[in-house]
Amino acid sequence: MRRVGIVALNTFREAVRDRVLYNLVFFALVMIAASILVGQISIGIEEMVIVSLGLSAISVIGLLIAVFIGVGLVSKEMDKRTLYALLAKPVRRWEFLLGKFGGLVLTLTVNTIAMALGLFLALGVITQSDEHLAGSVLVAVYFILLKLALVVALALLFSCYTTPLLAILCTAGLYIAGLFVKEMRAFQSDTVSQAVQSVLRGLSYILPNFENFDVMAAAAHGRAIPGLLIAQNTAYAALYCAVVLAAATAIFTRRNLK
Amino acid sequence: MATPAIEIENLTKDYPFGFLHLKKKTSLEGLTMSVENGEVFGFLGPNGAGKSTTIKLLVGLIFPTAGTARILGKPISDISMHGDIGYLPEQPYFYDYLTAAELLDYFARIHDLPAQERKARVDAMLKKVGLETARKIQLRKYSKGMLQRVGLAQAILHDPKVVILDEPMSGLDPVGRREVRDIILELKQAGKTVLFSTHILSDAEMLCDRVGVIVGGKLRGVGAPDEIVGMKPQGMEILFEYTGDSKGLRGLLSKATQTGSRYRLQVAEADLYATMQQLCGAGAKVLSVSQVRATLEEYFMHLVAADRAQAPAVEVSGK
Amino acid sequence: MSTGASRTLLCAVLLLGFSGVWRLQHGIDAQLNTTRQEQDDLTLRSGALVKALSLEYAPLAADLYWTRVVQYYGGKHESQQTNLDLLWPLLDVTTTLDPNLIVAYRFGGMFLSDAPPRGAGKPEQGIELLRRGIRNNPEYWRFYEDLGFIYYFDLGDYPKAAEVFLEGSKRPGAMIWMKTFAARISEKGESPETSTMLWSEIYNSTSEPSIKENAKVHLQLLRARADCEQLNKLAAEYKKRAGHPPANMRDLVKAGLLPGLATDPVGVQYWFDLEGNAQINPASPLFKEQRVDNKRP
Repeated sequence: MRRVGIVALNTFREAVRDRVLYNLVFFALVMIAASILVGQISIGIEEMVIVSLGLSAISVIGLLIAVFIGVGLVSKEMDKRTLYALLAKPVRRWEFLLGKFGGLVLTLTVNTIAMALGLFLALGVITQSDEHLAGSVLVAVYFILLKLALVVALALLFSCYTTPLLAILCTAGLYIAGLFVKEMRAFQSDTVSQAVQSVLRGLSYILPNFENFDVMAAAAHGRAIPGLLIAQNTAYAALYCAVVLAAATAIFTRRNLK
Repeated sequence: MATPAIEIENLTKDYPFGFLHLKKKTSLEGLTMSVENGEVFGFLGPNGAGKSTTIKLLVGLIFPTAGTARILGKPISDISMHGDIGYLPEQPYFYDYLTAAELLDYFARIHDLPAQERKARVDAMLKKVGLETARKIQLRKYSKGMLQRVGLAQAILHDPKVVILDEPMSGLDPVGRREVRDIILELKQAGKTVLFSTHILSDAEMLCDRVGVIVGGKLRGVGAPDEIVGMKPQGMEILFEYTGDSKGLRGLLSKATQTGSRYRLQVAEADLYATMQQLCGAGAKVLSVSQVRATLEEYFMHLVAADRAQAPAVEVSGK
Repeated sequence: MSTGASRTLLCAVLLLGFSGVWRLQHGIDAQLNTTRQEQDDLTLRSGALVKALSLEYAPLAADLYWTRVVQYYGGKHESQQTNLDLLWPLLDVTTTLDPNLIVAYRFGGMFLSDAPPRGAGKPEQGIELLRRGIRNNPEYWRFYEDLGFIYYFDLGDYPKAAEVFLEGSKRPGAMIWMKTFAARISEKGESPETSTMLWSEIYNSTSEPSIKENAKVHLQLLRARADCEQLNKLAAEYKKRAGHPPANMRDLVKAGLLPGLATDPVGVQYWFDLEGNAQINPASPLFKEQRVDNKRP
């Protein structure tokens, strides 16, 4: 576990040195632009616009980082052969994977916290927002983070056995599929047999369900999010990440590094 | 001596390739050998012979199709033994966003060296490989030779008992090669076991207690370097200066290669003294006499040709 | 660890993990359902803002919003929910993003005005939307037809309806029957024939499936209403002869008043209520399509 931490910190350092956190500047610009824009366009819904725009930006920026860096976590180290010297040291392959995962999740956490602070700052500038709103926005940010961790795990899994481009496609594909789980469940058609429909239904419970983490509308309206849902989503993300990482480990420990 | 540092038994590696991985290419076939404790062992062979495959199998980067190997008595699947081995990959590359000092510190942490020792070790290693002035520079700015030095530093950072080096001399200038040689000799003096691969004969000859020659994925011979390399001296070479025009020397001069007033002449060992006397008698000035050996290239070409013809392995071992 | 053992372990982990995921998902679904019930939300209700945010892609955004409109309406109709509160803001945003999206105005005009369960029952919103449509697309005469519809069917304001039809008939390209409608309505007000003609015209002129379907249902309801009136006349005749109202259609057939059992346009028999009035059978799909507000024609 100690070595997992060392690898994670180094992964974090890599992200920082590769100027990943520069995206925060972009986020700041979006928030400033939004603040100016809402002042001119809409009356009465400034808060809502700032919250939904801010949360969307946090989510999109996070997803881009999670996918594009996630798919390179393992494959880049294999391509550049930076992995060779490391794996000849007393590092188990699962420790390496977990460290890589932890490192990117740490990066995303720092990044997301910074963006959330920016969002709260913008909210504070626009209005004297009530605690209710702040609470549900905080939960929404936390859910985005859970979602990002799951995306990183998936990207890491694909990164273990396919090319980055294909890994991006697979990760993005699963993410999008995971947003349409409800439609899949309700899928009814005369042209498709009952068996296919029940398979789809079953799949809809097994695929990573990214809809679970979407509480943006509730946050924008400052509605409270039940504590049970927070607990359930946390458990869901943790369990799903564990399953995906176990699969990644199984693949990676058998992998020959050419 | 107890168990050998490295024991390899019938180690085989196939790489599947092609559609659905249905075909396979054998890059190592039934390798059996051992490296004794405190020995410097050279692994010789042309490119693609299976040297790197063997080394990667030993450090657990790839997994054998068949056979077993043990390092320090532990099977290669046992990662805990990695604390006692050092490995330099072929054409090493490291996290280019780190400086040399940071990289070594990172690896030292992985090896669980305590904080104070870590700093001391990192400094000592940087000094040893001649990088103390470049320690604060990011590795992306390093030349190939400098990376090779960093690689060597990280391989011996934790004072391992067994050091495995894949082509440690490649990419280095003569000074660098000399330094690497010194480091290997130091390791030997400190009682470490060193296994390194090379395709350069003179390195092996100078450093190794024993060498193994591998061609086409098969071990072709193991023995002391001179047993293998110096097997058949092809004669003696005499370098002399001559400006006169003696009739008696005409025969010899026609066989020699001339560069200005200098001549290079190859003769059989048995004829050496007679020829020398003849030269001296004619007033030629003998500059040097040296033994002519088969070059490693010739030796490899011979083995490769034999391999292609599917002839039985050439017998070169002679313990 | 041997390969076999590790493989078994992996299978166990995956199996346990996915069964856990399965169970958790059901819990989360239940939880989300409670929080999302009142969550018929449209985060951005200001069309101007959405337009600003969608940069030069406003038409694309309009298409997306239009899709949402159709899905929203379809979903509500499917689940027989009658509150269509979001229909107006969605259409508002859609038509602001793309002021030339004809179908959105026509759709909105019809379903904002139509009474529940088929529409939102807000004719004034429908009128506002269509007026906006006319402002942005003055050449498109069919908006007058739709507007006339609202006055005619939903508001029962026949003079206004006739006026709108007449106004529309003056637009270039307008069909000649626009004038006919204007004349008929100003003369007679509401009549089943006019209604049938109006809906038939809608049915034939549109390609938007939900509008077509709506027109079809309305035509069926009109026919059913005409049938019922006819049956009531027969029932009155029966009562005159037998001294009591018919219990069912069989009585009418036995009395020789009806050649066979009459069915509504979807093939379900009519029935008589306790007072002897002919009605659409509650078993018929048409039954639930009848307007909740029975006062309106």
